Amino acid sequence: MHISEGVLSGPVLASGIALAAAGTAIGLKRLDYDRIPHAAILSAAFFVASLVHVPIGPSSVHLILNGIVGLLLGWGAFPAILTALLLQGVLFQFGGITTLGVNTTIMALPAVICYYLFGCMIQKKSYIAYISAFACGFISVFLSAIMVGAALMFTQESFLGIAAAVIIAHLPVMIIEGVVAAFCVAFLKKVQPELLPGFSGSINS
Amino acid sequence: MIEETFAYGSSVMHRIDPRFRVVFATIFSFVAALSTRFPALIAALILSVLLLCMARLNLLKVIKKLMAAWGFILLLWLVLPLTVKGEPLFSVGPLIFTRPGIILSLQITLKSNIILLAYIAMITTMNLATLGHSLKRLRVPDKIIHLFLLTYRYIFVIEQEYYRLVWAIKTRGFRPGTNRHTYRTYAYIVGMLFVRASERANRVHQAMICRGFKGRFYSLSKFSVMRQDWLWTSFMSLAMIVLVILEWINI
Repeated sequence: MHISEGVLSGPVLASGIALAAAGTAIGLKRLDYDRIPHAAILSAAFFVASLVHVPIGPSSVHLILNGIVGLLLGWGAFPAILTALLLQGVLFQFGGITTLGVNTTIMALPAVICYYLFGCMIQKKSYIAYISAFACGFISVFLSAIMVGAALMFTQESFLGIAAAVIIAHLPVMIIEGVVAAFCVAFLKKVQPELLPGFSGSINS
Repeated sequence: MIEETFAYGSSVMHRIDPRFRVVFATIFSFVAALSTRFPALIAALILSVLLLCMARLNLLKVIKKLMAAWGFILLLWLVLPLTVKGEPLFSVGPLIFTRPGIILSLQITLKSNIILLAYIAMITTMNLATLGHSLKRLRVPDKIIHLFLLTYRYIFVIEQEYYRLVWAIKTRGFRPGTNRHTYRTYAYIVGMLFVRASERANRVHQAMICRGFKGRFYSLSKFSVMRQDWLWTSFMSLAMIVLVILEWINI
Protein backbone atom coordinates (compact mmCIF):
# COMPACT_ATOMS: atom_id res chain seq x y z
CA MET A 1 0.00 0.00 0.00
CA HIS A 2 1.65 3.20 -1.03
CA ILE A 3 0.88 6.70 -2.27
CA SER A 4 2.45 7.77 -5.55
CA GLU A 5 4.55 10.84 -5.91
CA GLY A 6 3.22 14.20 -6.90
CA VAL A 7 -0.08 13.73 -5.08
CA LEU A 8 0.50 14.95 -1.54
CA SER A 9 1.09 18.50 -0.33
CA GLY A 10 4.24 19.87 1.30
CA PRO A 11 3.02 19.82 4.93
CA VAL A 12 1.81 16.21 4.62
CA LEU A 13 5.12 15.11 3.08
CA ALA A 14 7.01 16.95 5.82
CA SER A 15 5.03 15.41 8.67
CA GLY A 16 5.47 11.98 7.10
CA ILE A 17 9.21 12.49 7.00
CA ALA A 18 9.29 13.72 10.60
CA LEU A 19 7.27 10.75 11.90
CA ALA A 20 9.29 8.25 9.89
CA ALA A 21 12.56 9.79 11.08
CA ALA A 22 11.46 9.62 14.72
CA GLY A 23 10.26 6.02 14.38
CA THR A 24 13.39 4.95 12.55
CA ALA A 25 15.60 6.62 15.17
CA ILE A 26 13.85 4.68 17.95
CA GLY A 27 13.98 1.49 15.91
CA LEU A 28 17.70 1.83 15.20
CA LYS A 29 18.46 2.61 18.82
CA ARG A 30 16.81 -0.63 19.89
CA LEU A 31 18.53 -2.61 17.17
CA ASP A 32 22.16 -3.23 18.08
CA TYR A 33 24.73 -4.27 15.51
CA ASP A 34 24.40 -7.97 16.41
CA ARG A 35 20.72 -7.95 15.53
CA ILE A 36 21.14 -6.17 12.20
CA PRO A 37 21.65 -9.31 10.07
CA HIS A 38 18.52 -10.72 11.64
CA ALA A 39 16.47 -7.61 10.91
CA ALA A 40 17.91 -7.34 7.40
CA ILE A 41 17.10 -10.89 6.40
CA LEU A 42 13.62 -10.65 7.88
CA SER A 43 13.23 -7.45 5.95
CA ALA A 44 14.24 -9.34 2.80
CA ALA A 45 11.69 -12.03 3.65
CA PHE A 46 9.05 -9.35 4.15
CA PHE A 47 9.97 -7.88 0.77
CA VAL A 48 9.63 -11.24 -0.97
CA ALA A 49 6.47 -12.22 0.92
CA SER A 50 4.81 -9.03 -0.23
CA LEU A 51 5.19 -10.33 -3.79
CA VAL A 52 2.94 -13.28 -2.96
CA HIS A 53 -0.34 -12.90 -4.79
CA VAL A 54 -3.29 -14.47 -3.03
CA PRO A 55 -6.41 -15.19 -5.05
CA ILE A 56 -9.67 -13.57 -4.03
CA GLY A 57 -12.62 -14.37 -6.22
CA PRO A 58 -11.70 -13.69 -9.83
CA SER A 59 -8.79 -11.35 -9.03
CA SER A 60 -5.85 -11.44 -6.65
CA VAL A 61 -4.21 -9.20 -4.07
CA HIS A 62 -0.67 -9.11 -2.82
CA LEU A 63 0.08 -9.54 0.86
CA ILE A 64 1.14 -6.53 2.94
CA LEU A 65 2.08 -8.32 6.16
CA ASN A 66 2.97 -5.24 8.17
CA GLY A 67 1.19 -6.70 11.20
CA ILE A 68 3.47 -9.74 11.26
CA VAL A 69 6.55 -7.60 10.70
CA GLY A 70 5.47 -5.56 13.71
CA LEU A 71 5.15 -8.73 15.81
CA LEU A 72 8.56 -10.03 14.71
CA LEU A 73 10.53 -6.79 14.92
CA GLY A 74 8.68 -4.34 17.20
CA TRP A 75 10.11 -0.85 16.69
CA GLY A 76 12.58 -2.44 14.28
CA ALA A 77 9.66 -2.44 11.83
CA PHE A 78 10.40 1.22 11.05
CA PRO A 79 13.96 0.76 9.73
CA ALA A 80 13.03 -2.60 8.14
CA ILE A 81 10.07 -1.17 6.23
CA LEU A 82 12.07 1.92 5.30
CA THR A 83 14.75 -0.27 3.72
CA ALA A 84 12.20 -2.49 2.02
CA LEU A 85 10.52 0.57 0.49
CA LEU A 86 13.83 2.02 -0.65
CA LEU A 87 14.69 -1.27 -2.32
CA GLN A 88 11.25 -1.57 -3.88
CA GLY A 89 11.59 1.93 -5.27
CA VAL A 90 14.78 1.04 -7.06
CA LEU A 91 14.10 -2.56 -8.06
CA PHE A 92 10.61 -1.96 -9.39
CA GLN A 93 11.26 1.63 -10.50
CA PHE A 94 8.44 2.96 -8.29
CA GLY A 95 10.43 5.97 -7.29
CA GLY A 96 9.29 7.36 -4.00
CA ILE A 97 11.92 9.77 -2.70
CA THR A 98 9.51 12.46 -1.59
CA THR A 99 6.92 10.00 -0.33
CA LEU A 100 9.39 7.69 1.43
CA GLY A 101 8.60 9.27 4.81
CA VAL A 102 4.83 9.14 4.39
CA ASN A 103 4.82 5.60 3.03
CA THR A 104 7.14 4.32 5.76
CA THR A 105 4.87 5.83 8.40
CA ILE A 106 1.75 4.44 6.74
CA MET A 107 3.12 0.90 6.93
CA ALA A 108 5.31 0.96 10.03
CA LEU A 109 3.26 2.93 12.56
CA PRO A 110 0.36 0.42 12.44
CA ALA A 111 2.95 -2.36 12.73
CA VAL A 112 4.32 -0.88 15.96
CA ILE A 113 0.83 -0.19 17.32
CA CYS A 114 -0.13 -3.82 16.66
CA TYR A 115 3.05 -4.98 18.34
CA TYR A 116 2.03 -3.20 21.54
CA LEU A 117 -1.63 -4.22 21.29
CA PHE A 118 -1.17 -7.90 20.49
CA GLY A 119 2.45 -8.78 21.22
CA CYS A 120 1.67 -9.94 24.74
CA MET A 121 -1.30 -12.09 23.64
CA ILE A 122 0.51 -14.27 21.13
CA GLN A 123 2.05 -16.69 23.63
CA LYS A 124 -1.26 -17.28 25.44
CA LYS A 125 -3.62 -20.22 24.91
CA SER A 126 -4.17 -21.09 21.31
CA TYR A 127 -7.60 -19.58 20.67
CA ILE A 128 -6.67 -16.23 22.30
CA ALA A 129 -3.44 -16.21 20.30
CA TYR A 130 -5.22 -16.94 17.01
CA ILE A 131 -7.91 -14.33 17.58
CA SER A 132 -5.32 -11.69 18.43
CA ALA A 133 -3.17 -12.70 15.45
CA PHE A 134 -6.22 -12.28 13.20
CA ALA A 135 -6.90 -8.89 14.79
CA CYS A 136 -3.25 -7.96 14.35
CA GLY A 137 -3.31 -8.69 10.61
CA PHE A 138 -6.71 -7.06 10.16
CA ILE A 139 -6.09 -3.92 12.22
CA SER A 140 -2.62 -3.22 10.85
CA VAL A 141 -3.98 -3.01 7.31
CA PHE A 142 -7.06 -1.14 8.51
CA LEU A 143 -4.90 1.50 10.22
CA SER A 144 -2.68 1.76 7.15
CA ALA A 145 -5.71 2.37 4.95
CA ILE A 146 -7.00 5.00 7.39
CA MET A 147 -3.61 6.72 7.30
CA VAL A 148 -3.58 6.71 3.50
CA GLY A 149 -7.02 8.30 3.65
CA ALA A 150 -5.85 10.87 6.21
CA ALA A 151 -2.78 11.79 4.15
CA LEU A 152 -5.01 12.38 1.13
CA MET A 153 -7.56 14.34 3.15
CA PHE A 154 -4.99 16.64 4.72
CA THR A 155 -3.67 17.37 1.24
CA GLN A 156 -6.99 18.39 -0.20
CA GLU A 157 -10.51 17.97 1.09
CA SER A 158 -11.73 17.07 -2.35
CA PHE A 159 -9.79 13.81 -2.02
CA LEU A 160 -12.56 12.54 0.29
CA GLY A 161 -14.04 10.36 -2.43
CA ILE A 162 -10.71 8.75 -3.23
CA ALA A 163 -9.82 8.31 0.45
CA ALA A 164 -13.11 6.48 1.04
CA ALA A 165 -12.51 4.35 -2.05
CA VAL A 166 -9.07 3.34 -0.76
CA ILE A 167 -10.44 2.22 2.59
CA ILE A 168 -13.36 0.30 1.09
CA ALA A 169 -11.15 -1.34 -1.54
CA HIS A 170 -8.90 -2.64 1.23
CA LEU A 171 -11.68 -4.29 3.26
CA PRO A 172 -11.21 -7.71 1.63
CA VAL A 173 -7.45 -7.30 1.96
CA MET A 174 -7.89 -6.75 5.69
CA ILE A 175 -9.80 -10.01 6.07
CA ILE A 176 -7.23 -11.95 4.07
CA GLU A 177 -4.37 -10.40 6.02
CA GLY A 178 -6.13 -11.35 9.24
CA VAL A 179 -6.58 -14.97 8.15
CA VAL A 180 -3.01 -15.22 6.88
CA ALA A 181 -1.64 -13.65 10.08
CA ALA A 182 -3.62 -16.11 12.22
CA PHE A 183 -2.35 -19.15 10.29
CA CYS A 184 1.15 -17.74 10.14
CA VAL A 185 1.31 -17.19 13.89
CA ALA A 186 -0.08 -20.69 14.46
CA PHE A 187 2.67 -22.04 12.23
CA LEU A 188 5.43 -20.04 13.90
CA LYS A 189 4.22 -21.09 17.35
CA LYS A 190 4.67 -24.72 16.35
CA VAL A 191 7.90 -24.36 14.40
CA GLN A 192 9.90 -21.54 15.94
CA PRO A 193 8.13 -19.85 18.85
CA GLU A 194 11.20 -17.83 19.81
CA LEU A 195 10.61 -15.60 16.78
CA LEU A 196 7.39 -14.32 18.33
CA PRO A 197 7.32 -11.70 21.08
CA GLY A 198 6.92 -12.71 24.72
CA PHE A 199 8.57 -16.11 24.33
CA SER A 200 9.95 -17.20 27.68
CA GLY A 201 10.89 -20.85 27.18
CA SER A 202 14.42 -22.04 26.60
CA ILE A 203 15.77 -21.69 23.08
CA ASN A 204 16.94 -25.00 21.71
CA SER A 205 19.19 -24.39 18.80
CA MET B 1 12.07 -12.31 -11.06
CA ILE B 2 13.61 -9.28 -9.39
CA GLU B 3 16.21 -7.60 -11.55
CA GLU B 4 17.96 -4.29 -11.93
CA THR B 5 16.86 -3.44 -15.45
CA PHE B 6 18.61 -0.12 -15.96
CA ALA B 7 21.56 -0.42 -13.59
CA TYR B 8 24.28 -1.09 -16.13
CA GLY B 9 25.24 1.02 -19.08
CA SER B 10 27.82 3.42 -20.39
CA SER B 11 25.79 6.56 -21.01
CA VAL B 12 26.72 9.99 -19.69
CA MET B 13 24.31 9.52 -16.82
CA HIS B 14 25.75 6.15 -15.83
CA ARG B 15 29.19 7.70 -15.52
CA ILE B 16 28.25 10.67 -13.34
CA ASP B 17 29.24 10.30 -9.70
CA PRO B 18 26.37 8.47 -7.95
CA ARG B 19 26.49 10.78 -4.93
CA PHE B 20 25.64 13.78 -7.08
CA ARG B 21 22.87 11.85 -8.74
CA VAL B 22 21.34 10.92 -5.39
CA VAL B 23 21.53 14.50 -4.15
CA PHE B 24 19.99 16.02 -7.26
CA ALA B 25 17.35 13.33 -7.62
CA THR B 26 16.23 14.22 -4.09
CA ILE B 27 16.29 17.98 -4.61
CA PHE B 28 14.57 17.77 -7.98
CA SER B 29 11.86 15.43 -6.65
CA PHE B 30 11.00 17.83 -3.86
CA VAL B 31 11.09 20.89 -6.11
CA ALA B 32 8.75 19.18 -8.57
CA ALA B 33 6.48 17.81 -5.84
CA LEU B 34 6.02 21.26 -4.32
CA SER B 35 5.52 23.14 -7.60
CA THR B 36 2.02 24.10 -8.63
CA ARG B 37 2.40 26.54 -11.51
CA PHE B 38 2.32 25.20 -15.04
CA PRO B 39 5.38 27.05 -16.43
CA ALA B 40 7.50 25.47 -13.67
CA LEU B 41 5.95 22.03 -14.20
CA ILE B 42 6.46 22.09 -17.93
CA ALA B 43 10.08 23.21 -17.51
CA ALA B 44 10.55 20.37 -15.03
CA LEU B 45 9.06 17.89 -17.49
CA ILE B 46 11.49 19.07 -20.16
CA LEU B 47 14.36 18.65 -17.70
CA SER B 48 13.19 15.11 -16.85
CA VAL B 49 13.06 14.12 -20.49
CA LEU B 50 16.51 15.62 -20.98
CA LEU B 51 17.87 13.58 -18.06
CA LEU B 52 16.27 10.48 -19.53
CA CYS B 53 17.98 11.17 -22.85
CA MET B 54 21.28 11.46 -20.99
CA ALA B 55 20.72 8.00 -19.53
CA ARG B 56 19.94 6.46 -22.96
CA LEU B 57 17.55 3.86 -21.60
CA ASN B 58 15.35 1.51 -23.57
CA LEU B 59 12.30 3.73 -24.11
CA LEU B 60 9.85 0.86 -24.29
CA LYS B 61 10.90 -0.43 -20.89
CA VAL B 62 10.71 3.05 -19.40
CA ILE B 63 7.15 3.50 -20.66
CA LYS B 64 6.24 0.12 -19.23
CA LYS B 65 7.48 1.28 -15.84
CA LEU B 66 5.59 4.55 -16.12
CA MET B 67 2.40 2.70 -16.92
CA ALA B 68 2.45 1.15 -13.48
CA ALA B 69 1.93 4.64 -12.07
CA TRP B 70 -0.71 5.58 -14.60
CA GLY B 71 -3.32 3.31 -13.05
CA PHE B 72 -3.67 5.52 -10.02
CA ILE B 73 -3.60 8.65 -12.17
CA LEU B 74 -6.43 7.28 -14.28
CA LEU B 75 -8.46 6.82 -11.10
CA LEU B 76 -7.80 10.47 -10.22
CA TRP B 77 -9.00 11.59 -13.65
CA LEU B 78 -12.19 9.59 -13.19
CA VAL B 79 -12.92 11.07 -9.77
CA LEU B 80 -11.40 14.54 -9.34
CA PRO B 81 -12.90 16.52 -12.26
CA LEU B 82 -16.35 15.45 -11.08
CA THR B 83 -15.94 15.90 -7.33
CA VAL B 84 -13.82 19.05 -6.93
CA LYS B 85 -16.17 22.01 -6.57
CA GLY B 86 -15.74 25.07 -8.72
CA GLU B 87 -16.53 26.71 -12.00
CA PRO B 88 -17.89 24.12 -14.45
CA LEU B 89 -15.89 23.80 -17.64
CA PHE B 90 -18.12 21.53 -19.68
CA SER B 91 -20.65 18.83 -19.07
CA VAL B 92 -21.50 15.52 -20.63
CA GLY B 93 -25.10 14.68 -19.88
CA PRO B 94 -25.56 14.89 -16.11
CA LEU B 95 -21.80 14.86 -15.43
CA ILE B 96 -20.22 18.26 -14.79
CA PHE B 97 -16.48 18.61 -15.21
CA THR B 98 -15.10 21.47 -13.13
CA ARG B 99 -12.14 23.64 -14.00
CA PRO B 100 -10.27 23.30 -10.66
CA GLY B 101 -10.78 19.55 -10.79
CA ILE B 102 -9.22 19.25 -14.20
CA ILE B 103 -6.36 21.59 -13.26
CA LEU B 104 -5.65 19.52 -10.12
CA SER B 105 -5.66 16.26 -12.08
CA LEU B 106 -3.37 17.75 -14.69
CA GLN B 107 -0.94 18.98 -12.03
CA ILE B 108 -0.78 15.60 -10.35
CA THR B 109 -0.32 13.80 -13.66
CA LEU B 110 2.56 16.08 -14.61
CA LYS B 111 4.22 15.88 -11.19
CA SER B 112 4.15 12.10 -10.88
CA ASN B 113 5.54 11.63 -14.37
CA ILE B 114 8.26 14.24 -13.85
CA ILE B 115 9.42 12.73 -10.58
CA LEU B 116 9.27 9.16 -11.83
CA LEU B 117 11.18 9.96 -15.02
CA ALA B 118 13.88 11.80 -13.09
CA TYR B 119 14.10 8.91 -10.65
CA ILE B 120 14.43 6.34 -13.40
CA ALA B 121 17.06 8.44 -15.15
CA MET B 122 19.17 9.23 -12.09
CA ILE B 123 18.68 6.50 -9.46
CA THR B 124 17.80 3.26 -11.23
CA THR B 125 20.89 3.73 -13.40
CA MET B 126 23.10 2.62 -10.51
CA ASN B 127 23.14 -0.77 -8.86
CA LEU B 128 21.96 -1.01 -5.30
CA ALA B 129 25.37 -1.65 -3.79
CA THR B 130 26.56 1.60 -5.32
CA LEU B 131 23.47 3.34 -4.04
CA GLY B 132 24.20 2.00 -0.54
CA HIS B 133 27.79 3.18 -0.64
CA SER B 134 26.88 6.61 -1.93
CA LEU B 135 24.24 6.98 0.79
CA LYS B 136 26.98 6.10 3.26
CA ARG B 137 29.23 8.82 1.88
CA LEU B 138 26.31 11.19 2.24
CA ARG B 139 26.32 10.50 5.99
CA VAL B 140 23.22 8.35 6.20
CA PRO B 141 23.49 6.47 9.55
CA ASP B 142 25.64 3.34 9.40
CA LYS B 143 22.96 1.03 10.72
CA ILE B 144 20.58 1.92 7.90
CA ILE B 145 23.34 1.27 5.37
CA HIS B 146 24.05 -2.14 6.93
CA LEU B 147 20.40 -2.97 6.90
CA PHE B 148 20.07 -1.78 3.32
CA LEU B 149 23.07 -3.68 1.94
CA LEU B 150 22.29 -6.89 3.80
CA THR B 151 18.65 -6.79 2.79
CA TYR B 152 19.68 -6.24 -0.81
CA ARG B 153 22.11 -9.16 -0.56
CA TYR B 154 19.46 -11.54 0.74
CA ILE B 155 16.40 -10.53 -1.28
CA PHE B 156 17.58 -12.72 -4.16
CA VAL B 157 18.36 -15.65 -1.88
CA ILE B 158 15.00 -15.48 -0.18
CA GLU B 159 13.28 -15.12 -3.52
CA GLN B 160 14.91 -18.38 -4.64
CA GLU B 161 13.70 -19.98 -1.45
CA TYR B 162 10.20 -18.72 -2.12
CA TYR B 163 10.19 -20.23 -5.62
CA ARG B 164 11.41 -23.53 -4.20
CA LEU B 165 8.44 -23.59 -1.84
CA VAL B 166 6.10 -22.69 -4.68
CA TRP B 167 7.49 -25.50 -6.84
CA ALA B 168 7.04 -27.88 -3.94
CA ILE B 169 3.35 -27.08 -3.49
CA LYS B 170 2.76 -27.14 -7.23
CA THR B 171 4.23 -30.60 -7.63
CA ARG B 172 1.86 -31.73 -4.90
CA GLY B 173 -1.06 -30.51 -6.99
CA PHE B 174 -1.84 -27.28 -5.19
CA ARG B 175 -4.34 -25.09 -7.01
CA PRO B 176 -5.00 -21.65 -5.53
CA GLY B 177 -8.61 -20.61 -5.05
CA THR B 178 -10.69 -18.50 -2.71
CA ASN B 179 -10.78 -20.90 0.20
CA ARG B 180 -9.39 -21.63 3.63
CA HIS B 181 -6.94 -24.20 2.38
CA THR B 182 -5.34 -21.71 -0.02
CA TYR B 183 -4.93 -19.04 2.62
CA ARG B 184 -3.48 -21.52 5.07
CA THR B 185 -0.99 -22.76 2.50
CA TYR B 186 0.15 -19.24 1.67
CA ALA B 187 0.36 -18.37 5.36
CA TYR B 188 2.56 -21.42 5.95
CA ILE B 189 4.78 -20.43 3.05
CA VAL B 190 5.17 -16.95 4.53
CA GLY B 191 5.85 -18.45 7.95
CA MET B 192 8.39 -20.83 6.45
CA LEU B 193 10.11 -17.91 4.73
CA PHE B 194 10.43 -16.17 8.08
CA VAL B 195 11.74 -19.32 9.78
CA ARG B 196 14.33 -19.98 7.09
CA ALA B 197 15.26 -16.29 7.01
CA SER B 198 15.88 -16.26 10.73
CA GLU B 199 17.97 -19.44 10.62
CA ARG B 200 19.96 -18.03 7.75
CA ALA B 201 20.41 -14.79 9.68
CA ASN B 202 22.02 -16.71 12.55
CA ARG B 203 24.41 -18.48 10.21
CA VAL B 204 25.26 -15.25 8.39
CA HIS B 205 25.92 -13.48 11.64
CA GLN B 206 28.19 -16.29 12.85
CA ALA B 207 30.05 -16.29 9.54
CA MET B 208 30.50 -12.54 9.74
CA ILE B 209 31.93 -12.82 13.26
CA CYS B 210 34.26 -15.64 12.19
CA ARG B 211 35.67 -13.49 9.42
CA GLY B 212 36.30 -10.64 11.77
CA PHE B 213 33.54 -8.33 10.58
CA LYS B 214 34.32 -4.92 12.05
CA GLY B 215 31.16 -3.11 11.12
CA ARG B 216 32.32 -1.77 7.76
CA PHE B 217 31.43 -2.60 4.22
CA TYR B 218 34.20 -1.89 1.76
CA SER B 219 33.45 -0.65 -1.70
CA LEU B 220 35.55 -1.59 -4.70
CA SER B 221 34.13 1.13 -6.89
CA LYS B 222 36.00 4.34 -6.21
CA PHE B 223 34.18 7.61 -6.05
CA SER B 224 36.22 10.19 -7.83
CA VAL B 225 34.84 13.51 -8.91
CA MET B 226 35.69 14.38 -12.48
CA ARG B 227 35.24 17.48 -14.56
CA GLN B 228 32.04 16.20 -16.15
CA ASP B 229 30.57 15.72 -12.65
CA TRP B 230 31.11 19.38 -11.82
CA LEU B 231 29.73 20.37 -15.20
CA TRP B 232 26.61 18.32 -14.58
CA THR B 233 26.31 19.67 -11.04
CA SER B 234 26.43 23.28 -12.19
CA PHE B 235 23.88 22.56 -14.89
CA MET B 236 21.53 20.88 -12.42
CA SER B 237 21.95 23.63 -9.82
CA LEU B 238 21.13 26.23 -12.42
CA ALA B 239 18.11 24.23 -13.56
CA MET B 240 16.85 23.97 -9.96
CA ILE B 241 17.18 27.74 -9.49
CA VAL B 242 15.26 28.36 -12.71
CA LEU B 243 12.50 26.00 -11.60
CA VAL B 244 12.17 27.72 -8.23
CA ILE B 245 12.08 31.13 -9.90
CA LEU B 246 9.42 29.97 -12.36
CA GLU B 247 7.35 28.75 -9.42
CA TRP B 248 7.68 31.90 -7.35
CA ILE B 249 7.35 34.78 -9.74
CA ASN B 250 4.26 35.70 -11.68
CA ILE B 251 4.89 36.09 -15.33
